[in-house]
Amino acid sequence: MRAKKSPASKSKQSLSRRHFLLGATSLLGVTASQVLLPVIPASSQPASQDPMRVPGGPASVYGRRSVHEQAQRLPSATRSLTPLQDLHGIITPSALHFERHHNGVPLIDPAQHRLLIHGLVERPMLFQVDELKLFPAVSRLGFIECSGNTGKEWKRAHGKTAQETHGLTSTSEWTGVMLKTLLEQTGVKPEGLWLLAEGSDAAAMTRSFPVEAIIDEAVICYAQNGEPLRPEQGYPLRLLLPGWEGNTNIKWVRRLKLIPGPAMTREETAKYTDLMPDGVAQQFTFVMEAKSVITHPSGNQRIPKPGFVEIRGLAWSGRGAITAVEVSVDGGHTWRTAELQGPVLPKCHTRFRLAWQWDGKEAILQSRCIDDTGYRQPTLQELVKVRGTNSYYHNHAIQSWKVLENGHVENVYIR
Amino acid sequence: MKIGRIIGFAITGLCFGVLVQGEPIEFEIGQTATQEDIQGWNIDVTPNGDGLPNGQGSVDEGAKVYAAKCAGCHGPTGVEGPYNRLVGGQGSLGTDRPHKTVGSYWPYATTLFDYIFRAMPLTAPQSLSANKVYALVAWILYRNDIIDENMVLDRFTLPTIHMPNRHGFQISPHMGISLPTSP
Ligand code: HEC
Repeated sequence: MRAKKSPASKSKQSLSRRHFLLGATSLLGVTASQVLLPVIPASSQPASQDPMRVPGGPASVYGRRSVHEQAQRLPSATRSLTPLQDLHGIITPSALHFERHHNGVPLIDPAQHRLLIHGLVERPMLFQVDELKLFPAVSRLGFIECSGNTGKEWKRAHGKTAQETHGLTSTSEWTGVMLKTLLEQTGVKPEGLWLLAEGSDAAAMTRSFPVEAIIDEAVICYAQNGEPLRPEQGYPLRLLLPGWEGNTNIKWVRRLKLIPGPAMTREETAKYTDLMPDGVAQQFTFVMEAKSVITHPSGNQRIPKPGFVEIRGLAWSGRGAITAVEVSVDGGHTWRTAELQGPVLPKCHTRFRLAWQWDGKEAILQSRCIDDTGYRQPTLQELVKVRGTNSYYHNHAIQSWKVLENGHVENVYIR
Repeated sequence: MKIGRIIGFAITGLCFGVLVQGEPIEFEIGQTATQEDIQGWNIDVTPNGDGLPNGQGSVDEGAKVYAAKCAGCHGPTGVEGPYNRLVGGQGSLGTDRPHKTVGSYWPYATTLFDYIFRAMPLTAPQSLSANKVYALVAWILYRNDIIDENMVLDRFTLPTIHMPNRHGFQISPHMGISLPTSP
């Protein structure tokens, strides 16, 4: 079958084909099904561009997407956003995984890279990247979300598209060795309750965290979606703390130091802390709470005409699996349960869908998810009541998209 | 360290014995790190001063280094930018327009040493000597009215400095494993 025929050429084609079939059957006295096989319908393309009349391209060493596809990240100096509205399913292509770095993407030769584990351990150890691949491997699908995602939406509708409002989250299959396995090699002294992780980038990014809280899930990763990590994602090694804010998932990780308590690094005091209305800030808000967003139809898209529209989106929770997503088309007055597309995995993007008949009138689309702890994604009003509007980080409120009568969709602030 | 102790207390009893289920496997992968291996990388500084190197710096010296290496990005007095404002903002955190600076927001002076030493200046990180970093820390703290003009900072004096927002943080309830936002 031909891809991308205009409706006009398609009808012309099937018409001529029917004529041919009629003629052939009457002429030869055979049934239509017998003659279907050798029929090559006329093409509207010149033969030189007809993919059926010229041999295709050769096999290649590393595949590329079709030249007709243009979905791209939206970059600024220190980050780039995933085009959630252009993607399907739950996996983010590695080339479209969001980026956030504090002083650029380092170029690292894996042969020169080492992982050092020291501090309050029995035996400080150094590992080469290839050595880490010799340990028993683990793989899991998981989202990573920057806690600054949606941070500009606290006070007003800021981003135009789902990419701009929610593009600092992505899902990959991550492969590596359990942190636990490595700490078994070094041993950990009883006072070694926290762990400082440091990247070998020009920000020497550092975060610390209580080891026990995440030890059963923490992974030192060397692969993403089946191949070595992308440089933007920490090549050759990154820490994965499933469900925790992106910044703690230290990229280009070179050093793990067991320490007695929090290190109080700049990124866990001056940054990534949630300033509350009374001027006190909350610190170590590690878990990314249940959150969802409708990606279709979403900001800057246009519904061509009234009638059937499949509402699609993503939901995720740093606490576990998504158990339900509800969708409202009337600004939160009534809610319908969306269908969840499997696999539904803990701490992973989950795709939801709901059939909708758009009547051509103004509508406000919203989604809210519930995770397996029973926690329901809050409205912006509920969140602001507790957190005020100055915390910047950790905004997981319900997103609202307004559908105008002409089908255009835009971001609206509803509180 | 107060917060360290609170958290340590909260999770005592869950020792690392749980890491090993049954007999640990002998992988014999990796090598023992020597003190030499560790030394050059072990650059972090903690609030009690662990990790601070020898050396010292004064406010006057800091003013000179700052003008040469930092003012272009953070402004001549640490206020003007274009990048992060380092000075002022005290008393603004609970208002509609909070200004988070070293003076108004940072809970520990040691973090300032740690951060400048590892990450600044942006275009040439880890290019400054310990003396220059002590001096820069002194100048930034002086501009924020936290230390006086004659104070010299070194690994003994820096950890004793009390930052105005030292008690402006609380651990996310349940140690960050939950937010107080449940509707
Ligand atoms: C080329 C521009 C540039 C220069 C030069 C520069 N900085 Fe920075 N500085 C930045 C940027 C950008 C950030 C924010 C980095 C980030 O958030 O990851 C920053 C952040 C900081 C911070 C943290 C501020 C906060 O509130 O979190 C401090 C402190 C700092 N710089 C000190 C210095 C000092 C001291 C120097 C001189 C040795 C210096 N900077 C030179 C660009 C610069």
